[in-house]
Amino acid sequence: MSPTSHAATSPALDVQRVREDFPVLHQQVNGQPLAYLDNAATSQKPRVVIEALRTFYEHDNANVHRGVHMLSQRATDAYEAAREKVRAFIGAASADEIVFVRGATEGINLVAQSWGRANVRAGDEVVITHMEHHANIVPWQLLCEAVGARLRVVPIDDRGELVLDALGDLLNDRTRLVAFPHTSNALGTVNPSAEIIRRVRAFNPTIRILVDGCQAVQHTAVDVAALDCDFFVFSGHKVFGPTGIGVLWGREELLAAMPPWQGGGDMIDRVTFEKSTWADLPNKFEAGTPHIAGAIGLGVAIDYVHDLGLDRIAAREHELLEAATARLQAIEGLRLIGTAREKVAVLSFVVDGIHPHDIGTILDMRGVAVRVGHHCAQPVMQHFGIPATVRASLAFYNTTEEIDRLADGVAKAISMFR
Amino acid sequence: MTETIDEAQKNIVADFAGFTDWEDRYAHIIRLGKQHPDIPDEFKIETFRVKGCQSTVHLHARFEDGRVHYRASSDAMIVQGLIALLLRVYSGRTAEEILRTPPDFIHALGLTENLTMGRQNGLKAMIEQIKLYAMAFHAMSHSPSAN
Repeated sequence: MSPTSHAATSPALDVQRVREDFPVLHQQVNGQPLAYLDNAATSQKPRVVIEALRTFYEHDNANVHRGVHMLSQRATDAYEAAREKVRAFIGAASADEIVFVRGATEGINLVAQSWGRANVRAGDEVVITHMEHHANIVPWQLLCEAVGARLRVVPIDDRGELVLDALGDLLNDRTRLVAFPHTSNALGTVNPSAEIIRRVRAFNPTIRILVDGCQAVQHTAVDVAALDCDFFVFSGHKVFGPTGIGVLWGREELLAAMPPWQGGGDMIDRVTFEKSTWADLPNKFEAGTPHIAGAIGLGVAIDYVHDLGLDRIAAREHELLEAATARLQAIEGLRLIGTAREKVAVLSFVVDGIHPHDIGTILDMRGVAVRVGHHCAQPVMQHFGIPATVRASLAFYNTTEEIDRLADGVAKAISMFR
Repeated sequence: MTETIDEAQKNIVADFAGFTDWEDRYAHIIRLGKQHPDIPDEFKIETFRVKGCQSTVHLHARFEDGRVHYRASSDAMIVQGLIALLLRVYSGRTAEEILRTPPDFIHALGLTENLTMGRQNGLKAMIEQIKLYAMAFHAMSHSPSAN
């Protein structure tokens, strides 16, 4: 955590005003005001996103890319406008490179099954890291098992940072793909993505690189062109958009060469019983009726984030991270899991002798919502020799008062269980 | 233990009726959890793990003198306390008693709905497992080949 790395250039966020944008935050849970500190699992939705879904279904609902009628045109225009917003949001060269999927998980599975099956052979190797979410482990395991390839893992250290020097030892002439998270969901570690990619490119520019951006795009500006990766995925619901919509970005020449993954309507050019031919990008990868309203809602969420300003969001969240780190570290017997020098506002922790599940239950009784468990990152838990952690993950709409309630709740739990 | 299965439920309900807020209820459950003996290590294996619990729960049952005797524990203290209550009701009973007795006392604990029957603490999974054992022992003891 470098304190100077998130200097804001514009005025600070007015948190109380911003909170008004999120209807769900204004409720009582177990008789206490809700303190929603589970943003890494899913973020809350601003009213404009909720209204966009309602407006679509009330006024414009029709299928896309099919009708000559007005509503279908409007739905198609709005859907494609959302694609353009995503393109600009992540700095892609063309909207044709933006594939709407259900979420990051589906995006990774698409790459593993389409690109992977066409390009990874027996004896080849896929490199991932020890800090992956299961969504960036299991699809590659399935691929490796199916084709007889080998999965290699970049280790992490006790701060929860990647051991970058080990990467060099893992790359060889059988390496076909390197996949890693921009930011760890369980530890909060922000990886040096550009440096990792530079090293892989320097070793062999034909190795493909997938970046899991699930915990990145809601915290920091991402530019896939500057990153120089080949694939990038993220989920809409973690960036204040609807659930069920996500994005796979891939370099156009790679996507163009990849076979379709799922077949169906909207992804074909011509169909006969002898042979079908495929639609152009990105429709080739969007079989069936997509989550039209979800994509439109995601576009509105991106506008919302853009209007707030990612620099201001990052500055605000960094303040919250520092405040929460200080409060939690002051609690005797509490150990933070994930103390990387560059972190987002994710605080995983354990307390000596008290099960995380018990702490989470007491916090819930006090209206504080945290995640308890392995966070779909069991290898991370194995590294630290723990079954689970309590994880508080903060968003810009959280307050220092909520952090106080978190810390007080943990202290209360300790007094109850000791 | 001299109380019957129905008395056990009634007594638990009476115990909890005295608590006025959640903190007292949880403090009592935690107290019961701390007093509850851990299941022996030999049973802390995958075979006896109750699936569907977020914490680790092991449950073992043996059939002796026409009664089902359970042993169970969890690494989470609140779940451990719930186990103590479940075993007070169900352990040492006949299979018929176990199968005909729904865990009505749980509602009297005053836990929130998501904590009572949700998958979070695995209460539902534990009760199902308790009943499954009873069903199996019941079938065994009533099959023609049983001696």
